[in-house]
Amino acid sequence: MNVEQAMDIRQQKILAALENKNTSVQFDDALENEMILNMGPQHPATHGVLRLLIKLDGETVVACVPELGYLHRGYEKLAENCSYHEFIPHTDRLDYLSPLMNNTAYVLAVEKLVGIEAPKRAQYLRVIISELARISSHLLGVGALAMDVGALTVFTWAFREREKMYDIFELLTGARFTTSFTRVGGLAHDMTPEVKSAIQQFIDQLPEKFNEMINMLNTNRIFVERMDGVGVISRDQAVAIGMCGPNIRGVGIELDLRRAQPYLVYNELDFDIPVFDGGDCLSRYYVRVNEVKESIKIVRQCLEKIPNGPIHANEPKKVLPRKDRIYTKMEELIHDFMLINFGVNPPVGEVYHAVEGSKGELGFYIQSRGEGHPWRLKIRSPSFMNLQATPMLVEGGMISDIVAVLGSLDPVMGEADK
Amino acid sequence: MLTTVVEKLKSNFPSGILDVREFRDETTVHVKKSDIVSVCTFLRNDESCQFDYCSDICGADAYTPENRFEVIYNLYSIPLNHRLRLKVFVDESDLHCPSVTSVWPAAEWPERETYDMIGVHFDGNKDMRRMYMPEEFEYFPLRKDFPMMGIPDSIPLPRK
Repeated sequence: MNVEQAMDIRQQKILAALENKNTSVQFDDALENEMILNMGPQHPATHGVLRLLIKLDGETVVACVPELGYLHRGYEKLAENCSYHEFIPHTDRLDYLSPLMNNTAYVLAVEKLVGIEAPKRAQYLRVIISELARISSHLLGVGALAMDVGALTVFTWAFREREKMYDIFELLTGARFTTSFTRVGGLAHDMTPEVKSAIQQFIDQLPEKFNEMINMLNTNRIFVERMDGVGVISRDQAVAIGMCGPNIRGVGIELDLRRAQPYLVYNELDFDIPVFDGGDCLSRYYVRVNEVKESIKIVRQCLEKIPNGPIHANEPKKVLPRKDRIYTKMEELIHDFMLINFGVNPPVGEVYHAVEGSKGELGFYIQSRGEGHPWRLKIRSPSFMNLQATPMLVEGGMISDIVAVLGSLDPVMGEADK
Repeated sequence: MLTTVVEKLKSNFPSGILDVREFRDETTVHVKKSDIVSVCTFLRNDESCQFDYCSDICGADAYTPENRFEVIYNLYSIPLNHRLRLKVFVDESDLHCPSVTSVWPAAEWPERETYDMIGVHFDGNKDMRRMYMPEEFEYFPLRKDFPMMGIPDSIPLPRK
């Protein structure tokens, strides 16, 4: 039956009902027809500008096609036209919920290409900022997920904690959102004792506040039943479709690049990898919750273990010198001039370096031709691959579960669209 | 690094493996275009390779007269915890490449993105639409001859 025929039947029913003065017209055919629904790009539950085209049979989702590109800014093209240092501010805008993580991931890839390593203190600091970024991102992930399924309180509580983190980021980097904190071979600034005590203070009070938040969700029957058994994906499907991060750990696969291919100083730290094997929204939520607890553990250890020392590698031709020395020392002035004007100039080659970002495997593939700017830079964004699983997760389910599934996938469109 | 994988590939595909390169402990294997699906199937199924996870697929424009485009496959093995990179050359005269979606369903979107950005068409991918750019856009932005500032009027804007 096509739409016109359906409309005719409806029209006839209404006319017949008017003649009979019968006010209770039954449209039994309305839900039997398949309906196409457009969700987004401007929709609060799509976490940005994701557009979903949904084919519905009644309330059941028959097919779902995600459409991306509404936030495409062409960062890969921009990267080919700016130097390695100039690209660092662009990485802030990829996953804008954890810019410090992206900064770290990018410079690690460049450092691998150049062949240098940051000193121990810088590495510990990078772990601290990465884990703080992960906490910040997961707080929003959990809060927004709760909001999507109808619990607004948790969202505001999560934002209260994130607000404290932004204050710390401001103290540390000078910016709340767009931090651009890392440099090739080091960091922009060192951590002052003031920042250290602020982080310590934040970490000490977070578990209590976080448990308060989580207890409210975990003991909420509406929340748990809304998530339990919704958006299920099997182990094999999840691997085949390329899911990553907390989502793949939610199907029972212990894949965490911090443990599998340790970078920075993660092999010196003691932490667990939370794995849940339900494969549904609730498992993905539990993974995030437990990861926040592990991240707190990691930050605490780093604050104890962090050594004193330089935060820049001793590679004058590759690492930007400190500002006060540029003004007073001849050598540093020359190096600064060369680095700013001609760039880092890594050797000819190609590298792929991936870190365990807050959303999953965040990788940078860089092709170098020995110039100051990358010949080709590809961002392997975790949200992009996670979103690819959306049709698998929502097809066959109810339309109202789509928001729960999207919330539990925790995509960030800045990263998926690049 | 990865000597067993490379040896196995060389013995199973004597004419399909063109070159093997090593840089910063990463192995890049250049594969003949017509053999890419069988090489990928072998890499996924062989028990000493087990590349079950397709991390990423991307394209690059080498801007050379021959073999202008490259398609790069970054693979990862979850059980064995190793990485491998495959590379396929695509000439400008024949912008087609076999799709590996039959091996890894995850390849679908990255292949669409590669098509969108450099214009290599993947035969066998069921949904070969553009990933990011509008469907009526006629250029491929990550080609080196596409200017960074864009081409005026290439995307029609709504008039008042």
